[in-house]
Amino acid sequence: MTEHLPVLVIIIPLVLALIAPVAGRLNRIYSWAIALLATLFSFVGSVLLLYQVMYSGAISYWMGGWEPPWGIEYVIDYFSGFVLVIVSFLAVAVTIFARKSVADEIDEKKIPAFYGVYLLFIVGLMGMIVTGDIFNLYVFLEISSLTGYALVAMGKRRKAPLAGFRYLVIGTVGATFILLGIGYLYIATGTLNMADLGARLPGLFNSKLVITAFAFFAIGFSIKIALFPLHTWLPDAYTYAPSAVSALMASTGTKVGAYSFIRIIFTVFGVQVFLNQWVSVPYFFLIIASVAMLVGSILAIAQTNIKKMLAYSSVSQIGYIILGVALMNPIGLQGGLLHIFNHALMKCALFMSVGCIAYKTGITNIADLKGLGFKKPYSMVAFTAGALSMIGIPLTVGFVSKWYLAMGSLENGMWYLIPVIVISSVLMLVYFWRVIDNIFFKAGDAVKMPATPASMLIPTVVVAALCLVFGTLAFIPVNITGKAVLLLLG
Amino acid sequence: MMEFILAKYNYWIYVIIMMIGFYAVIAKSNLIKKIIGLSIFQTSVFLLFISIGKVDGGTVPIYQGTEAVYINPLPHVLILTAIVVGVSVTAVAFALVVNIYREYGTIEENAILEMIKHDD
Repeated sequence: MTEHLPVLVIIIPLVLALIAPVAGRLNRIYSWAIALLATLFSFVGSVLLLYQVMYSGAISYWMGGWEPPWGIEYVIDYFSGFVLVIVSFLAVAVTIFARKSVADEIDEKKIPAFYGVYLLFIVGLMGMIVTGDIFNLYVFLEISSLTGYALVAMGKRRKAPLAGFRYLVIGTVGATFILLGIGYLYIATGTLNMADLGARLPGLFNSKLVITAFAFFAIGFSIKIALFPLHTWLPDAYTYAPSAVSALMASTGTKVGAYSFIRIIFTVFGVQVFLNQWVSVPYFFLIIASVAMLVGSILAIAQTNIKKMLAYSSVSQIGYIILGVALMNPIGLQGGLLHIFNHALMKCALFMSVGCIAYKTGITNIADLKGLGFKKPYSMVAFTAGALSMIGIPLTVGFVSKWYLAMGSLENGMWYLIPVIVISSVLMLVYFWRVIDNIFFKAGDAVKMPATPASMLIPTVVVAALCLVFGTLAFIPVNITGKAVLLLLG
Repeated sequence: MMEFILAKYNYWIYVIIMMIGFYAVIAKSNLIKKIIGLSIFQTSVFLLFISIGKVDGGTVPIYQGTEAVYINPLPHVLILTAIVVGVSVTAVAFALVVNIYREYGTIEENAILEMIKHDD
C-alpha cells in the first residue's frame, strides 16, 4: 500500500470525482462528503509522503512498473512533497468551507456536478506536482485548466460565463504553446522524462530548436500563472467565480503553474544555461517581475470590488515568485519558493474571509464593508491577518519571503530591486488599509448581518492563524525550501 | 530556397494553419468563430507531432518477424491524448457559449461588451 502512495493520492480523488456527482443524486450532501473524503485522503497521503522523503530520501514511482525514461515516473522530493502538502491542505480547508458557501451561491441542481468538477481540478493540480514526465504534466495541466474554466463559469454573477470563456480562450492558447514546447524538446532529445531531458539537453543549448522550446514554455507558463502582461484573464475569473472556487484557484491554481515552471527551468533546462549562455533571460524576467509587482499593486488600488482587488494583488504576488526564480541564486530562489507557500496561505485566508462576508449577502463592494468589524469579528480579524501578511509585517509569513527576496537581490548586487519590493509593499498597505479602515473605523448602517456558519468560519480562521504561526515558526518552511533549493540548483 | 521550403513543407503548413487559427481567435468577434479558430490552432500542433514521427521508408510499428525500419509511434500516441484534450476544450467552450447566449441573447462579443459596459 505505502509503496503505491504517490499514485494513490492522485487516483483516489480521481475515482471519487466520478462517484461524487452520481452519489449526489441520492442526496446532495453525499457529493460534498465524498469531496471532503478525497481531499482528506490526499492530504494525509501527502503528509506521509513528505515524511517519507524527509527520512529516506526522494521517491521515484514507476507507473505500471515501467522503468523511466520509457515509462511515466512520479517524483516526490522535497520540492514536490512540500507543494503537494500545501495544495492538499488548502484543498481540505476550502472543501470544508465550500459546503455552506456553495449551497448559497450555486444552483442546487448543479451542486453534485460542481463537486465532481471541483475534485477533478484538485486532481489536475496534484498530478502536475508529482509527475516527472513532461507530457504527463501537459495532460494534468489541461485537466486542471478545463475544470478551472467550468468552475469559474459556475459563478452566480451575470459575467461569470463570459469570464470563464475568456479564460478558456487564453488558457488554451497558453497550454498549446506548452505542448509545442514539449514537442520541440522531444524533437531535440527524443525523451519526455524530465530528469532524462535534464541530462540530455546540455550541449544542445545553441540549437535554435531548444531556444524556441524554452520561449514556448516561457510564454505558455506566463499565461498559466498570469504573469504581467499576460494576466488579463485572471481578474475577471477570480472576481466572478463562486467564493469557494476563488479561494481554491487563487491559492493553488497559479502556484502550481509556478511550481511547474520552476521545474521546467531548473530540472529540465538547468540553472547553468541561464547563468552562462542565456544570460539575458533572467534579466528579462527580473524586469517583467518588477513591473508586475508594481502594476499589480497600482491596479489593485483602483478597484472598488474587493475580489477584484485581491485578484490584482495576486498579479503582483506572482511577480514576487518570478522575481525569486529569476534571481537564479539560492537565497532568492528560496524566497520565491517560500512565497509560493506564503501566498497560498494568505490568499486562501483573504478569499475565504471575503466569502464569509458574501455569504447570504452577496456583498463584494469595498464601500459596503463599513462597520463589519463588529458585526463579523472573526472573519474580519482573519482578513486583517491575511492583509498584514501580504504587506509583510514581521512575524507574519509575508515578511519571511520578502526578506529572502531582498537578501537574494543583494547577493546578486541588485540593490535596486529592494526599493521595488518596498514600494510594492507600501502600495499593498494603501489598498489593504482602505479596506481595513472601512471595516473597523467607519460606522456602518445598523442592518443586521446573517450569522456566518461555523463550517465556513473555522477553516478561514485556521488558515489565517497559520499565516501567523508560520511567520513565527518560520524555520519549518525555511528548512524544507532550503533543501528544495539545493535539489533544484544541484 | 524553394528546395528548402519544399523539403519541409509539412512544417510550413503547420505554421500557416496555426497562424490562421490564431488570427481567428484574436480577430473574430463571434464566439463560435473564436472556438473554430481555437480548434484550428490546436489541430496545427497535431500535424507537427505526426510529422515528427515519420521515418523515411518506415512501416507500421508492428513486429512482423523480420527486421524492418519502423516509424516512431510515440508522437502519434501523444497526439491521441492531445486530440482528446482538444475535443474536451471545444465541448467546454460550447457549453460556456450556450450559457453566454442564455444570459445575453447574443454571441457577438462586441454586443456583449456594449451590454456589460455599465455593469461593475
